[in-house]
Amino acid sequence: MLIKKSNDIPSSEITPKSLYVNRRKFLAGAAMAGGAALMGKRVNDLLLPTTVQADAKIDGIQKSPLSTTEKVTPYKDVTNYNNYYEFSTDKYEPAGLAKNLKTRPWKVKIDGLVSKKQELDVDTIIKMATPEERIYRHRCVEGWSIVVPWVGFSLSELIKRAEPLGKAKFVEFTTIYDPGQMPGQRSNILNWPYIEGLRLDEAMHPLALLCFGMYGEPLPNQDGAPLRIVLPWKYGFKSAKAIVRIRFTDSQPINTWNKAAPDEYGFYSNVNPNVDHPRWSQAKERRLGEFFKRPTLMFNGYDQVASLYSGMDLKKNF
Amino acid sequence: MIRWFKPFAFLACLVPLARLGWKAYNQALGANPIEVITHSTGDWTLIFLLITLAITPLRKLTGQLWLIRFRRMFGLFAFFYVALHFLTYIWLDKFFDLHEMLRDVAKRKFITVGFTGFVLLIPLAITSTAGWIRRLGGKRWQRLHQLIYVSAVAGVVHYWWLVKKDIHKPLEFAIVLGILLAYRVVVWAIPKAAANKGGPVPASRLQLPQE
Repeated sequence: MLIKKSNDIPSSEITPKSLYVNRRKFLAGAAMAGGAALMGKRVNDLLLPTTVQADAKIDGIQKSPLSTTEKVTPYKDVTNYNNYYEFSTDKYEPAGLAKNLKTRPWKVKIDGLVSKKQELDVDTIIKMATPEERIYRHRCVEGWSIVVPWVGFSLSELIKRAEPLGKAKFVEFTTIYDPGQMPGQRSNILNWPYIEGLRLDEAMHPLALLCFGMYGEPLPNQDGAPLRIVLPWKYGFKSAKAIVRIRFTDSQPINTWNKAAPDEYGFYSNVNPNVDHPRWSQAKERRLGEFFKRPTLMFNGYDQVASLYSGMDLKKNF
Repeated sequence: MIRWFKPFAFLACLVPLARLGWKAYNQALGANPIEVITHSTGDWTLIFLLITLAITPLRKLTGQLWLIRFRRMFGLFAFFYVALHFLTYIWLDKFFDLHEMLRDVAKRKFITVGFTGFVLLIPLAITSTAGWIRRLGGKRWQRLHQLIYVSAVAGVVHYWWLVKKDIHKPLEFAIVLGILLAYRVVVWAIPKAAANKGGPVPASRLQLPQE
């Protein structure tokens, strides 16, 4: 693959959200201060922030040669247009509904065919390796796409430390099941909890990202906080969010969408312009923010994964 | 009163379009504006089809005969919104690539059925004038306009087939349409059943004009 040099402004140089949010707070504070001054209150009390910004920047993020130089989708689109059925089937609703999801403390169970079965705190996992910014194309099975500066490190870092046994051939990811916090789980639109899976060699591919941040900050709840995977050569639904369990198995996991509609969503679900969804074409996509549709690329343009599937009939293994 | 009410209703029917226009102008259509426009014009097509189909039952059940004077307007607004819906598809989705569009129509069930529903509404829109009613004659005109039933069913099926998993919105449309169609079946069947029994047909039923 041709590794292009990044000449874009790294998203970390764009005004961080905490700053502009603070600016807004300042303005709101100033407005309130005007009112308060009339009431004779002390202005200073109102201008001082009362809480520490939870979404502080992630320190020490390294750039990655795996990043694309394409234009990054605006933060407000990536955080307000989410397929997250645990909260709602309406893409505009998870932003609001996920606001109060408790992401700390958060344990991730690592079990199955590994020598180191364990339950890890998410903050322990995050510190396992150096955080990298990976600017990836992200293609939804519905025909739209975005470019996101994710933060994380290769999933292989975690897998190596778990020491999978020789028998382990697949990895299964489970999303949290908590209908109290996730209103979408109160109806059985899908079979909860959400399950996704990969072949072990797919999971070990350097592109497969264990992700805990984006745009230089911790992941917002509606984008899969506190821990998710990102698989840029597969349709978006493969990239499980809010992971609580990573299980190593010798048999192919049954992923949730495959279970829901086996003729429409396969186990592999690699981005493929030549294999249509039974109900719509996958040849083109709408990049959010663009007027014209653009052609969809094989493996979403990540040709380096092609060898994982050599000899396989990708029409059959869709 | 109706003379004043009609222009008001006309403007009200334009509110969904005005809202879209206003939001587009203020860049408030969200991350995927074209999707919002497509869904919104589609929703309003179905809503206006259902309103149009509700006029006759409402008129009969409430005795408010003047309602009929709004039916054509609502029907034409259904056509107006479906035309916008189709325009969004052919322009913003297919970029006037007719070849690709025809392939879609042939290959994608939900497009086939949606397109059929749209095409069937065209003759109804054309023959919606008094002149055409005269030219065709009331009976034949009425028969032709029964195509709206097919169109409405096609519209709901189109919606049903396109959603990924969550069918609750198409289901709402399907239920309302089911009630409106059931009303017609009942109105059609009761006098027949009564006639078959040889019993007297209730006078109130006999007075129902044949639709």
